[in-house]
Amino acid sequence: MSAALLLAVGGLTAVGLYLLTGRSLSRIVLGYSLLGHATVVALITAGGPAGWPPIAGRTAPEDMSNPLPQALTLTAIVISFGLTLFLLALARRQRSLSGDDLVEDDLEDRRIAAVQSAPTEPDDSGAT
Amino acid sequence: MTGLISVAIVGPLVAAACSLAMRSRPLGRDIAVVAGLGSAALASHIMLVAVARDGTHTVAVGGWAPELGIVLVADLFAALILPVALTIIFVVEIFAIGQRRTVWAANPQLSGPLLCVLTSGVSLAFLTGDLFTLFVAFELILVSSYVLLTHQGNQSQIRAGMTYVVMNLLASTLFLFGVAFVYTATGTVNMALLAERIPQLETGVRLGIGAWFLVVFGTKAAVFPLFSWLPDSYPTAPTTITAVFAGLLTKVGIYSMIRFHNLMGMDDLGPIMLLVAALTMVIGVLGALAQSDVKRILSFHVISQIGYMFMGLSLFTVAGTAGAILFLIHHMPVKAVLFLVGGLIENHEGSSSLDRSGGLAGREPLVAVMFAVPALSLAGIPPFSGFVAKLAVISAAIDQGATVVVVAALVAGGLTLLSMAKIWNSVFWGRRADGPRPSPAPRRGRRTMHAATALAVAGTLTVSLFAGTLLDLSTEAAEDLRSPASYIEAVQP
Repeated sequence: MSAALLLAVGGLTAVGLYLLTGRSLSRIVLGYSLLGHATVVALITAGGPAGWPPIAGRTAPEDMSNPLPQALTLTAIVISFGLTLFLLALARRQRSLSGDDLVEDDLEDRRIAAVQSAPTEPDDSGAT
Repeated sequence: MTGLISVAIVGPLVAAACSLAMRSRPLGRDIAVVAGLGSAALASHIMLVAVARDGTHTVAVGGWAPELGIVLVADLFAALILPVALTIIFVVEIFAIGQRRTVWAANPQLSGPLLCVLTSGVSLAFLTGDLFTLFVAFELILVSSYVLLTHQGNQSQIRAGMTYVVMNLLASTLFLFGVAFVYTATGTVNMALLAERIPQLETGVRLGIGAWFLVVFGTKAAVFPLFSWLPDSYPTAPTTITAVFAGLLTKVGIYSMIRFHNLMGMDDLGPIMLLVAALTMVIGVLGALAQSDVKRILSFHVISQIGYMFMGLSLFTVAGTAGAILFLIHHMPVKAVLFLVGGLIENHEGSSSLDRSGGLAGREPLVAVMFAVPALSLAGIPPFSGFVAKLAVISAAIDQGATVVVVAALVAGGLTLLSMAKIWNSVFWGRRADGPRPSPAPRRGRRTMHAATALAVAGTLTVSLFAGTLLDLSTEAAEDLRSPASYIEAVQP
């Protein structure tokens, strides 16, 4: 197992998670893409040392790299590609509704919190 | 058997494609969706009979060896849960057809095909015998749920949808990392092989994998610290969508945990899981008490009830697991019915808010009855299915001497009754507030909605009627899960 690949997984995950905690959906999309790359590298690393392309008849079986993680990886890439597109569509919709792509607060939660902290005051939520 | 499994998994996908192709022809579209969902539900019932009689069936897709290919395993556990789940989706689709032309209805051009895709994912998640296919099934369910949740594109849906999507994307990423860890440690993703190899790993690695997947499946199932996305997002979707989500999605997470953690022998995690279960039950129900909207109250109850199933699992005994399985069978229809009744309340009262409705029992006594039966069942009142399921879980916990969690379960049960009484008082009794209301569904649609809900209520009563048989079957399924030898043998003869 190569230390460089492991470092790549760690680095991608750290940056991806940092971006994912942001409020702007475009950052979240970038963070999710990086996390997706991290999982791909992790799955490939899980397959053991690299070898020649696993094509029957061209490579001797003992020289091949493990084909199973590559199959899993392909599936994972396709899924994360589709979801990235969905996130982008969501961001675009949010932008057309509110002019930005920030994740908003739950108004109902705010309302209940306001009732809890100030029971006598009339509720005037909706400020956010 | 191969045929039945294909009808349950591939059938709905074909129906989805057909109904998408016919999106401008309402009749053809509805026929495709109803036929796809109906045949899948029927196939799953036949599968249950076959499995209960002949034992576990396995299908190696494409004839590959278990190390390389996908294995589908219809064991008793899967065969017990699958018919319940697929029947619920079918009934909800009938309800959705009745709900058309009201302001609360989902867009039928999208919701029908997506519900079919979701059904296919649910079947695959229950039947799959390897961890990576489970991931694909989760994605299939989640992708359709993302679109179902946000397809009307209004402000609150987009806002709640973002939290839901990001939370679940993170959980899916963690799932993939988990698959990579498991593959590194054992060299396989097949569950039967994992059940042989994971118990032989070092304690640290083994428990690490167990805890990792607890977080992954726990996020899907909305257990205690990981539930925040659920009550936020569920109430914003159309009622029919919420009914399917509440009835099924979190249960797929619990199902996966029951299967994974039992097969892999994660008994050492039991004490921590029991604590999490107690917190999930109590905090979920306390959240419900603070709410003032029928759909939001019910969403918090989803979390609270997940705690009971989690508690049965965390005991890691045959009785506990059997209790959890029975609870799953009881809970899925009850929760879906309650949300359907929430849809009826919306239709008659113009809103699901407690402040705006009242006196419905006088005007629509049938709706009141259809609310009372599942509500009492949810609270665990004796003649109904909830009582049997809770009794099974709690008595298993008493056998293990887990006093704290038993107290938490009883307290949560009492508070559940309290919050159901709150809905009853505000919606069915009292006077309703004045104000403009959207027009209710036309007469024929209303009749379809009532019929679908009544059918579902009858389903929950059937569960309580056959509770003895179901408990026996659950115990048998739990014995299989607790001793993985039979599962391993079925996959690799």
